[in-house]
Amino acid sequence: MSAIAEPLPSPPVPVLARLARPRFALALLLLIWVPLVAYVMFGRELGPYRSYVLIPAIPAALLLYAVAARTWRESTIAVAGLTLVFFWILLAVSAPYLPLLDPNKPVAPFVTPFTERNGIFFWLGTDMRGRDLLARTIWGCQRVLVWGITATAAAYLVGTMLGLIAGYRGGWRDEVVSFVGNVLLSFPVMVLFILILNYLGQSGFNIVIAVTFSSAPAIMRIVRGLALDVKSRDYIHAAQVRGERPLRIMLVELLPNVRGPLIVDACLRLGYTTVAITTLTFLGLGLQPPDPDWGLMIKEASTTALVFKFSYMLVVPALSVSSLILGFNLMADGLREMSLRD
Amino acid sequence: MDQALDRPHPSAESGPIVPVLECRNLSVSYYTRAGEVPAVTDFNLRLMPGEAHGLVGESGCGKSTVALAIMQYLGGNGRIVGGEILFDGRDLAKMKAEDLRRIRGAEIAMVYQEPMASLNPSMTVGAQLAEVLLYHDRLSRPTALERARAMLESVRVPDPDRIMAAYPHQISGGQQQRVVIAMALLSNPKLLVLDEPTTALDVTIEAGIVELIREIGAAHGTSIIYISHNLGLILETCDWVTVMYAGEAVEVGPVGELFDAIRHPYTRGLFASIPLPSADKISRPLVPIPGQLPLPYDRPRGCNFGPRCEFFIAGSCDSGPIPMLPVWNAEHRRSRCIRIDEIDWERPPAPPALQAAPPPGDILLKVEDLSKHYELEGGFLAGGGRTVKANESLTFDAREAETVAIVGESGCGKSTFAKVLTGLETATDGSIRLGDVELGAVPIEKRDARTVAALQMVFQNPFDTLNPSHSVGSQIARVIRKFGVERDEAKVRQRVDALLDMVKLPRAFARRKPRQLSGGQKQRVGIARAFAGNPRMVIADEPVSALDVSVQAAVTELLMDIQREHRTTLIFISHDLSIVRYLADRILVMYLGRIMEQGRTEEIFAPPYHPYTEALLSAVPVADTRIEKRKVVLSGDLPSPSDPPAGCPFSTRCPYAIPGTCDVVPPPVFEPSPGHRILCHLAPETLMAMKPVMSEREPETRAASGSS
Repeated sequence: MSAIAEPLPSPPVPVLARLARPRFALALLLLIWVPLVAYVMFGRELGPYRSYVLIPAIPAALLLYAVAARTWRESTIAVAGLTLVFFWILLAVSAPYLPLLDPNKPVAPFVTPFTERNGIFFWLGTDMRGRDLLARTIWGCQRVLVWGITATAAAYLVGTMLGLIAGYRGGWRDEVVSFVGNVLLSFPVMVLFILILNYLGQSGFNIVIAVTFSSAPAIMRIVRGLALDVKSRDYIHAAQVRGERPLRIMLVELLPNVRGPLIVDACLRLGYTTVAITTLTFLGLGLQPPDPDWGLMIKEASTTALVFKFSYMLVVPALSVSSLILGFNLMADGLREMSLRD
Repeated sequence: MDQALDRPHPSAESGPIVPVLECRNLSVSYYTRAGEVPAVTDFNLRLMPGEAHGLVGESGCGKSTVALAIMQYLGGNGRIVGGEILFDGRDLAKMKAEDLRRIRGAEIAMVYQEPMASLNPSMTVGAQLAEVLLYHDRLSRPTALERARAMLESVRVPDPDRIMAAYPHQISGGQQQRVVIAMALLSNPKLLVLDEPTTALDVTIEAGIVELIREIGAAHGTSIIYISHNLGLILETCDWVTVMYAGEAVEVGPVGELFDAIRHPYTRGLFASIPLPSADKISRPLVPIPGQLPLPYDRPRGCNFGPRCEFFIAGSCDSGPIPMLPVWNAEHRRSRCIRIDEIDWERPPAPPALQAAPPPGDILLKVEDLSKHYELEGGFLAGGGRTVKANESLTFDAREAETVAIVGESGCGKSTFAKVLTGLETATDGSIRLGDVELGAVPIEKRDARTVAALQMVFQNPFDTLNPSHSVGSQIARVIRKFGVERDEAKVRQRVDALLDMVKLPRAFARRKPRQLSGGQKQRVGIARAFAGNPRMVIADEPVSALDVSVQAAVTELLMDIQREHRTTLIFISHDLSIVRYLADRILVMYLGRIMEQGRTEEIFAPPYHPYTEALLSAVPVADTRIEKRKVVLSGDLPSPSDPPAGCPFSTRCPYAIPGTCDVVPPPVFEPSPGHRILCHLAPETLMAMKPVMSEREPETRAASGSS
């Protein structure tokens, strides 16, 4: 009806809402993320500090969950997804401090869930080598999350930069970036993964590279499209008329205005990447045994679990993967729903 | 209260005639997350057969909601909460979905603002038109196509056979709107609802559509509801008018009577804020309506217009709901003003402080033979591309503290010129000198900081002009820092405050995000940003065309005040001749990349005219009953800029075109007085003999009646 939005009166801001401002939320996210990455990727270099680094991440995760749940309270779907994701994040950051058995130590093989053996109660039972499934699931979650999110972030960094350049600068830069992107997109994802990992060797870092190669072109296309739309807006012209450098226009004037659809896509893509990483470890590429990982657990249990009694060995990691991916997808759905509503 | 008075209808000789449409105490609300939002309250309307009734008001006044309610298209969250809408005596709100479907399209038809959005892009025009008849009248396909073709002819679409076979995107905007109107008329509806049907079109195209709308009533006996924000268009098309404000009708009456003797303070304010030909920036400046439209859920008690009204009296105006009151001595008029008998309506509004015109200084900008050509890439197989001559040999200059307006319709190259001037594009040929710096072929990256700072821009779309992600203050501060006006953080903040003061916004707005501002406020910030670096020249690209009229006046006045104070040169790009006449010192009229006529404002608005200027002047709707216009309606559409006519670019539409000369030889320059240049083949005597387009009907009454 009305084309002119009247200014809204600003109500007093409560503490949680204040924390919901992007800067604080980002700080909390880093407070969780940096220790996790340090712990998983650079555990050896940390030496004696290794057992302390994750302590600040636990309250940060709880606080971020509270803040996000409050901000998104309009959308039940988003909060449900958020709850699933933060359930796993919380387990991942608190894994070292939980009273868990060593995930790699054989204790008692073939213990079914909810039974006691040798004076120990096994909630989720043990696998065929006698390792505790609960401990393996939680530790595995840490690795899946760290590598999955890092890989997605790396893909986003590369994809966004290339997309901004292709979309905003256009011309030959666009032609080159789009052509290379199309070539990469024409490979089936799995073939690309296998090629890269076989060529570079199998490690977590190479998974990051492989995911970047396969996801960045798609992200580039999204960002390029958004940038093409936004670059014709008058505020971009205003920046051009006052002689701003292209890099500044891309990062300061353009990028913040395309973040909405990008965040939704990032949530979805986190799900895909988790699937991809689990699939890779299932295939024996990427993360190597004996450290626990959901894909690895599914692979190891794949023959034993054919016996119905022992199918829990497969069901537990499979359900874990599914719930995490479901969480990411629900979050994406909820965010999209909220962005469409206003 | 009852507006449905016994109004005689012109054609009503005997027997009672049922009104085609009657709204009785209609109230419509939308239900949102914020609760019930009343969009229209207590709305009355009576439309007799063959009449045209205009609804006029600013955005958010509820005029489109009335149209949607008539069509019963309110959507999931809108509901009629009171009153009734009678169509031919039957209440539309109580009708079954099946009956409604039959009535819509067959008996009530609607035409929307965007013609492209009303047409199916995947069907040919002929098929779409025929579909109406196939569905509503159950005709056979050949008969339907034949009728469709005949209807296209009657809305004067040139070459109807070609249009029938074309897809909507292959025809121009004006033709699309004609097709939509033809479609609406096909099943011979009793009522045609037009919602801003010409807002998306150029003036000369608009004039043709307006002409057509006026004929529809006579030719088909169709009653028309015409919704517009433009008072001039309402005067040209309608018999009756309802002025709406904040969801209510505030004044109703026959168009001519109402325009001559206004009886509501809001209508009065509207007229004072539009640039009528009698307005003048020195002696009779525009008077904006103070304050802002109240939010639908935050309307004041009593009169909605009370807080903005100069005649407001506490205790009577804000004591309770105000009914529609009869206007003394005018049988068919109603006004929602409780002080209707107390206000001296003839008294002109308080004359604002007179501003002396600043004397223009030295020449600041000198444009010589400037051309900008774009090479269209022919594609990979087509080989050599074509050239679009967006600007062709522009020559003019602009002095310090002077306002030079560039006028023209879409595609005339005025925005391209702004791009070349600001360095976003470089000239193909010719030169631009700002002071003693050559700019023509210098892109913005190669210009030095002083030149960049000297030349800033105000943009058209208020919703796009500010970056939604950054606060208002930081966007202004960025300009200050970028141009090195101030470096010290505290000084920068001071200057931001000073600039917000200058554009008359509260300083607290510095911390706000653009989405918390209204359109007019955003445009003010846009102006503050342009002036933050102390520019010597500001290019304003249609800075007020997207704003409501009362806001337009405020922003226009503000822009001119600042310009006067800083002695800035203003290049004002616009398609709106009324505003240009009001504020410009000199005018350039552009058509297809060329300057057809240039001169001082009074020279442009008086004969001799260029034939194109004459058509433009005639096309502008004027909301003043005392002004009589000579009709010059152009036929045809703007030629494509990539394929302009060989001789004079205007020769394809020019009513005076001399075959064999105009379409072959580029026109010479005729200079009736120094600085007034007309690019035309017509003999000087012919040009000099042109009669004025606008003339006053009764010159003696004009001085007496003041503002209205």
